[in-house]
Order: sequence, then C-alpha cells, then structure tokens
Amino acid sequence: MNIRTAVSPTAATTATHSAALAVAGTRVKIAAKDVKVYYGAKLALKGINLDLLESKVTALIGPSGCGKSTFLRCLNRMNDTIDNCRVEGLITLDGEDIYGRHIDNVQLRARVGMVFQKPNPFPKSIYDNIVYGPKIHGIASTRDELDEIVERSLQRAGLWNEVKDRLREPGTGLSGGQQQRLCIARAIAVDPEVILMDEPCSALDPIATAHVEELIDELRENYTIVIVTHNMQQAARVSQKTAFFHLGDMVECNDTEEIFTNPRDERTQGYITGRYG
Amino acid sequence: MSSEHIVKSFAQELQRLSNLVTQMGGVAEAQVEAAIRAVARRDVDLAGQVIQSDHRLDNFEREIDSEAIRLLALRQPMAQDLREIVSSLKIAADLERIGDYAANIAKRSMALAQVPVVQPAAAIPRMGRMVEGIIKDVLDAYIERDVDKAIGAWQRDEELDDLYTSLFREVLTYMMEDPRNITPCTHVLFMAKNLERIGDHATNIAETLHYMVRGKSLTEERPKGDNSSFAVVAPHAERSGKTEDAA
Repeated sequence: MNIRTAVSPTAATTATHSAALAVAGTRVKIAAKDVKVYYGAKLALKGINLDLLESKVTALIGPSGCGKSTFLRCLNRMNDTIDNCRVEGLITLDGEDIYGRHIDNVQLRARVGMVFQKPNPFPKSIYDNIVYGPKIHGIASTRDELDEIVERSLQRAGLWNEVKDRLREPGTGLSGGQQQRLCIARAIAVDPEVILMDEPCSALDPIATAHVEELIDELRENYTIVIVTHNMQQAARVSQKTAFFHLGDMVECNDTEEIFTNPRDERTQGYITGRYG
Repeated sequence: MSSEHIVKSFAQELQRLSNLVTQMGGVAEAQVEAAIRAVARRDVDLAGQVIQSDHRLDNFEREIDSEAIRLLALRQPMAQDLREIVSSLKIAADLERIGDYAANIAKRSMALAQVPVVQPAAAIPRMGRMVEGIIKDVLDAYIERDVDKAIGAWQRDEELDDLYTSLFREVLTYMMEDPRNITPCTHVLFMAKNLERIGDHATNIAETLHYMVRGKSLTEERPKGDNSSFAVVAPHAERSGKTEDAA
C-alpha cells in the first residue's frame, strides 16, 4: 500500500469549504477536491471536484475506464488495498479529511458502507451475515439487540417477509436479487451514513432490479447514496444528481433531470444518446 | 449534432420521424394555401378538395404518434433525441389543428360563394398571405433546425393579430350598415378567426422548435396584438364605423 494525501488542511478550512458549498437545504456530506488517483505512473483520475449531498442519490455514469468506480472506491478508501494506487487531493466526510492520519479505515467503512456489483453474502446464515458488522464494530452484543438489528435491517432492505422464517439458512441459498438485498441489509446493519453502490443491479433481473431501486429510494431519506451504473435509465430513475465521467475527468454534474433532458456538454450528450464522441 | 448514433437503425428511425413531420407540414401548408385560394377565387371545387384532403393530416398525425410512442418505448431516448421525439408529437398536433382550421375556411368559402361579394372578404387573402409566410418560415426553421428563423416568424404573429383586430372592427361596421351583410360577414369573421388561430399554432411550433433545439422553453412573452376580445362597436356610432375599446 502506498497511500498519502497531498493536502492536509486544518479542520477550520474544511468546515468553511463545506459550508460554502451547502446550498439551500442541502448539506454537503462528502466533498472531493482536486482528487487525483494514480495506478503506478498512470493517472486514472485527473483532479475531480465533486460534492455529494446529504439525503440525495448521486449517480456516477460514464464509459468503462472513465474512472467512476475508482472515484467511488476513494470514498471509503477501498483503493488502499490496491498496490501501486496513489490518491492525491482532499476528500472530506462531514468536513473531516478521510485520508487524515487519525482516521481508522474500519471505522470509516462503518460510516461509509459499500454494495458491490455481484452479490457477495458471506458463506454463513442470513442471520450471521447481518450481525457480522454490528458485532465487530461493537454496536450490539446481546441476543435481543442483535435480533432487533437483523429484523430492522431486513425490513429496511425489503427482505424481511421473504426470509423471516429461514434466518438460519445460508445467505448463498437466496436468489440473486435477494442476495443483493441481503448485502444491502448487511451494509445498513452497522447504521452507516453513506452507502456506495458499484453497479448493484447489473447481475439482477428487472424485477429484482426494481426491488433494489425501490429500496434505494426509501433509503435516501436517511443515507447519502452514491451509485455507479452503466444503465442510464437506472441512473435517471434512482438519482437526483448525476455526474458524468469521461477519461478520468468529471465532465458535468447537475440535476439528473437536466443531465438527461438537456446536458450542457457535448460529450455528455454523445454518451447518453449513444453517439460517437 | 455532428456525431452519429452508434445504433444506426435508431438514427434512421429518428430521421424517418422527422421526415414525417416535414411531410405533414408540407401538406398542412398546402391545405391553408388552397383554402385561401378557394376564398379568393370563390372556387367551390377547390374548397371541396381541401375538405376532402383533411384526412391526410389526420393520418399523418396518427402515424407520427405511433412512431414516436414506439421510439419512446423501444429506444428510451435521452437528451436531444428525447426532445426531438416529444416535439414531433406536439408539432403534429399543431399541424393537425391547422388542417382543421383550413378545412373550416374551405367550408365557409362555399357558403360565401353563394352570396354576393362583400367588401371585407378581400381581407382574407391578405391575412392569408401573412399566415402562409409564417407557416412557411416555421416549417423551414424546423427542417433547418434554425431557431432564429423560428423566432422571427413567432414575432410576426403580432402583425397577424393586429390585422385580425382591425378586420374584426371593419366587419362589424359592415354588418351594422346592412343586415343583409350579416351572413357573409359572419363567415368572413370566422375565417379571419381561423387564420388567426392558425398563426397561433404556427407560433406554438416555433416555441416547440426552440425547446427541441436549445433544451429551454422560449420564456419571453410573445407579443400579443389580438385585442378583438375587448372590441365593441357602439350601436349609435356614426356610419363611418367609429369603434371604441371597452378595455
């Protein structure tokens, strides 16, 4: 691992930064300032400036290799696990530098949860999948507390009614769509503030996708959600803000409606309408 | 848009939709032109043809509707493509209404041809030329995707409204002069109203085109010159036809 941040500002300057960017009733949850990512010598992200608003779903779209997943993985320091990957710039969560020295990755990932492309339940029971996080983070220990977390998380993930009678069965025995909702339930069991989703529906059929999208809409109230998707209709359906990435740049970020009806940049227009750039 | 769709068949379908709108525009334009000519020449046969041909516009509208709905369902268009498709639906509806007004003018021209010529009828071809000019420019603007040309036509609608208002007053005085004028003058008045409405639909198309190309509505208020809704002719006015505005 070779990670460092180029900028390490004081708490005061970051607080001003967030305050300045907060607009009428929307608070900036995560602010990225001039974020650059290198894989070895290759510059994968060329200085991204993007604010992610609280209680909003932000969709990151763009062609393969544009850097959207790389950016997503910066937000909970998943890139730390990749050799030769170097992150520069500043990313703040509630004004606090997440690459700061005193930040504990495990704690950070409890606050910033992640759901992956392929459902990846632990090879354990449905129940144990959910309680794993709360146990290691010391959020709950007694049987009653854990039971309550399991029920609440599965309820929120819209899975409770389907699995309540078989909580002891393996999570891997569920259908693909159910597994993905189990993973979302697992992510929200530790009560995160932000949920990152990397192509959460690409392995799901349309009905399972609809369940997950409905879930995203419900979760939005309490969480800040960032979703990477190749499916532009999905971005249009679930998000309020959309950011278009292209060749390591963030080309355009605007209200989703605006991006899909009247994009400002030719490259955005070309991409979303399926034209050669 | 300089670049091409990756999916060629989608580009072809969009082009086909646009061609349908252009063709429909051409038919609507011809209908208006023929209807006005029927009035000017008191040509009952021509009027009959206009009425007969109105169904062509209805067919075009149906075809454009189904094509647009098919594209919306199957292609899930975005951005400019989405605006093009939605605009074609709106433009087709406006053209269909224009066709209805043209057919109505043709019907009234048949009635008018059966009675002696009244002086105000001469205003119909005059107004008609103005309407034709506006329609032509708006349709050319659609083909060329030329928003400035569309706005130019859109602004000229005010002159049309002015002409309608003055004709309205003129017609009223003729009716007061001689009750035998009332029947033909009423037809003339309705024809003029139809032309004025055709102008309004043409300006709608200009506004739609603005949205289609620029992605923003034409927010500026269109200059309105039609004050006939407020016009009265006092019963004791002199025979010179002095009128007063109630507003």
